[in-house]
Amino acid sequence: MSTATAPRTLFEKIWDSHVVASEPGAPTLLYIDLQLVHEVTSPQAFSGLRRRGLSVRRPDRTVATVDHSIPTLATAVPDALAAAQIATLEKNATDAGIRLFGTKSHDQGVVHVLGPEQGFTRPGMTIVCGDSHTSTHGAFGALAFGIGTSEVEHVLATQCLLQQRPKTAEVRIEGTLQKGVTAKDVILALLAKIGVGGGTGYVFEYTGSTVRNFTMEERMTLCNMSIEGGARAGMVAPDDVTFAYLAERGIDKTELDASVKIWHTLRTDPGARYDHTITLEVSDLAPMVTFGTNPGMGVQVTGRIPDPEHVSEPAGKSTLKNALQYMGLTPGQAVQGQPIQVVFIGSCTNGRISDLRAAASVFKGRSVAKGVRVLVVPGSRAVKRQAEAEGLDRIFLESGAEWREPGCSMCIAMNGDEVAAGDYAVSTSNRNFEGRQGRGSRTFLASPLTAAASAVTGTLTDVRSLA
Amino acid sequence: MSTPAHTVPAGGFRPITSIVASVPAANIDTDQIVPARFLKITDSAGLGEHAFEDFRRNPDGSPRADFALNRPDRTGAAILIAGDNFGCGSSREHAPWALKGAGIRAVVSTSFADIFRGNALKNGIIPVVLGAADCAALHALGNSDTQVTVDLAAETITWPGGSAQFRIDPFARTCLLQGVDELGYILKHEPAITAFEQARAAAGGKA
Repeated sequence: MSTATAPRTLFEKIWDSHVVASEPGAPTLLYIDLQLVHEVTSPQAFSGLRRRGLSVRRPDRTVATVDHSIPTLATAVPDALAAAQIATLEKNATDAGIRLFGTKSHDQGVVHVLGPEQGFTRPGMTIVCGDSHTSTHGAFGALAFGIGTSEVEHVLATQCLLQQRPKTAEVRIEGTLQKGVTAKDVILALLAKIGVGGGTGYVFEYTGSTVRNFTMEERMTLCNMSIEGGARAGMVAPDDVTFAYLAERGIDKTELDASVKIWHTLRTDPGARYDHTITLEVSDLAPMVTFGTNPGMGVQVTGRIPDPEHVSEPAGKSTLKNALQYMGLTPGQAVQGQPIQVVFIGSCTNGRISDLRAAASVFKGRSVAKGVRVLVVPGSRAVKRQAEAEGLDRIFLESGAEWREPGCSMCIAMNGDEVAAGDYAVSTSNRNFEGRQGRGSRTFLASPLTAAASAVTGTLTDVRSLA
Repeated sequence: MSTPAHTVPAGGFRPITSIVASVPAANIDTDQIVPARFLKITDSAGLGEHAFEDFRRNPDGSPRADFALNRPDRTGAAILIAGDNFGCGSSREHAPWALKGAGIRAVVSTSFADIFRGNALKNGIIPVVLGAADCAALHALGNSDTQVTVDLAAETITWPGGSAQFRIDPFARTCLLQGVDELGYILKHEPAITAFEQARAAAGGKA
């Protein structure tokens, strides 16, 4: 059988169609269809170009937004360092002729919310950004992954990247989710199963009935956290759900129809081989929360905090012990009932309109518990407008939550939105590392439903238990 | 003008010999290597003093005497012996910039996260992958004045009690040893890049 007709995976099809050069002894030179840039990981790359006297090769294949260090209070101004970073991005983008979603843009947003919503993200593309959650865009059947700033510079200069070909893993997810259980719970369950290094060296392709039944926003949540398992990219083959979402992005109808014909071929052929397969059955899954200091330390909300004494392997035992010490949790304690002080709803993982609708469905007619601070941060100005048109902002405000401007906010805690040392936060974001949400902060990652349910009770709560 | 931290000096890469610092925790993510609150910069200078900030200093700014990189007897340690899965999480290249600023030129672990590994190599930091037994032997040198040598050309790490081979991606290794600049290499493919774009345009796609 010739290689042209050999069955290929979705990943292989996209990879093969983007190879510019492949020399012995060197990684593949891969063409990049779209680069997204933001203020934190790009200034040094633009400086590098200037030092070499190079210009941006394809400003038309580059999109810039500010998100990481901007304040989320309408009245706040960024501190001097953040202001310099934002101004630098805005100048670099303007000078290079790059489309900019800056502080004054009607449509500014978190980079991985903005790309799909503005129709930049398309099936079959190669997409990079100096941000590890670029894996989000794989939800469209794109090969999308995070890169470092040196590589941002390479792509700005050449629209290409040197890449070693990764291995492929099929992540097959089967079953119908119970009410109250979401895509976020599925990815947290996967991470609990494989650990934070389980996907290192791989690109994940998510398959199975659960994934097929997911909306685009659910697929984005799933792909977003692939990197938390070590996989640089996660992808879902495009289908009618994808095409329907894209049809609403203002893409020219003739262009879209022609593209859909090609996009239909973007699927793994029968008989194609993955390097590895992982399966996950989710019919019995309960809402998940993390209890430790990496996203792989997750349990069902109905469960108990694991006991290090039950871990036989010494390194694992000490890792768990240290995590529980940092988190101030007792082995064997029930997850539900653990008091919390902060709730963050937002981020590139769960800051889209469906996430806000889910949270609002819980807040409606209920009040935030005494002593709990709740930040609701839309993923983009478009999401904010939509939420306000639906009256979701009123629901949040009436329940006692804060309704903020779009940005990365408390997910990365660069902009002043922080969790105080020792406080517990339920967060719909993607990382619960030590200090991630502020020095000494203690994070429980969860879905928007779980976060909202915990906000109204003041403790970690199974949303299904609310009357 | 000082050399920017994110360019590899031309002229090759000689073996690194120093005492080691041991930071044995597993899954040290790039937020631990340099917390996000120090990322509000537009260059790559000055991050060295914030490497492992929250391990290194108490909330009041006082140094934590027990942390390896604070100990006077670890001064000059250029080789960090780390726990499993070092560098997971955020793609920030600020992590290797901070390590480099703190004088670290090689990190030894049983495994590295993919993005960190690439970022480290681009900044001349050698990610040395060894088996668990060799890592344990090197962690045990974290309190001694024993000199360890990482030789990129030979892909060996040697210490008085032993030695081990490691593997570095051949292209990255050649770049470091010969002072080859990756972007320069890509730029040499300009005709192929243009041909790729033209072929696409001819096929009816966006060039």
